Amino acid sequence: MTSRREFLSKAAVLGGIAVAPGLILFEPARAKGASSKVRWGMLVDTTRCAEGCSACVSACNRENGLSGGTRPTDSQWIRKVELREKATGRTLSLPVMCQHCAEPPCVDVCPTGASFKRADGIVLVDRHICIGCRYCMMACPYKARSFVHRPLHDQKPDVPRGQGCVESCTLCVQRVDRGEQPACVEACKAEGGDALLFGDLNDPQSGVSRRMRERGARQIRADLQLDTGVRYQGI
Amino acid sequence: MRLLAALALIAALALPAGVLAGVDKPVIEKAQSGPCIAPPEVMRREHPDMLKHQRVETVHQGIVGAKVSLEKCVACHASKQTGSVAASKQDFCESCHAYAAVKLDCFECHASRPEKQ
Repeated sequence: MTSRREFLSKAAVLGGIAVAPGLILFEPARAKGASSKVRWGMLVDTTRCAEGCSACVSACNRENGLSGGTRPTDSQWIRKVELREKATGRTLSLPVMCQHCAEPPCVDVCPTGASFKRADGIVLVDRHICIGCRYCMMACPYKARSFVHRPLHDQKPDVPRGQGCVESCTLCVQRVDRGEQPACVEACKAEGGDALLFGDLNDPQSGVSRRMRERGARQIRADLQLDTGVRYQGI
Repeated sequence: MRLLAALALIAALALPAGVLAGVDKPVIEKAQSGPCIAPPEVMRREHPDMLKHQRVETVHQGIVGAKVSLEKCVACHASKQTGSVAASKQDFCESCHAYAAVKLDCFECHASRPEKQ
């Protein structure tokens, strides 16, 4: 007797293969675990990202059980950043979160090995090992990480979080492992923005790779040569 | 005199037994569904090692849906009254850990109640 969840994930894989090989973006990792053949990444099309829209931020808060506060001591996994080019007056709005670097500085500086990169490129914090020293927060050029200052209650079963640990965007690893898209990507699509695209950067046929091939994409602070997994168009 | 000494001896022997009887055994609430992944005597001794081994595989290697899962423990053992495994002294995890005087810190981060459907 298979559970409903197992049945659905199998059905999703089979269905995806049956429809068209190019159409299925990813298959659930499940029992096999994260594979080094894939590298999860995200493409942000800033030309489609609406000013004042924060659907991705609220979806992230809902999915991961964040309070939604924006004080310096509150956890923020995605920030909406509004930019204005001085010379031309052109304005730009974009979400900035953990960039899931291939060479993550947070992992380099972590004294305990709590900050690590999974085989599929997702950068995570193992809260069992994190001692809350916050070196990684200093090292991150994107201000992507937050420290949990107060005891938490009623966490989501899929997203354990607690006082004294550093945390950041996980690319919704719990959803990715089920074969789903990150919450922000889904929310952006539902809102009609379609500015976020999630997929395998290693697969030349994936949606992100195709769109990057067609229109190019940039990394924030590319000069640091961190080879980020989150890429931006229109900046 | 001999009778008194005998009575004192009996009283002295009976005392520890009396003290032990005074300590409440942990309340073990019946799980909500089906059999566990291992017999109770194995689970009682091995569950910390099982969970510690699994947490490495799950967090670092991304292996999900394994046999050992804290989320599944909570789903089966959450109390009918409090809906949690660690909210009150009577709840499944908390009652034994209080009895054994072992600090239970899993639920500072992990949810101690199943996800609301």
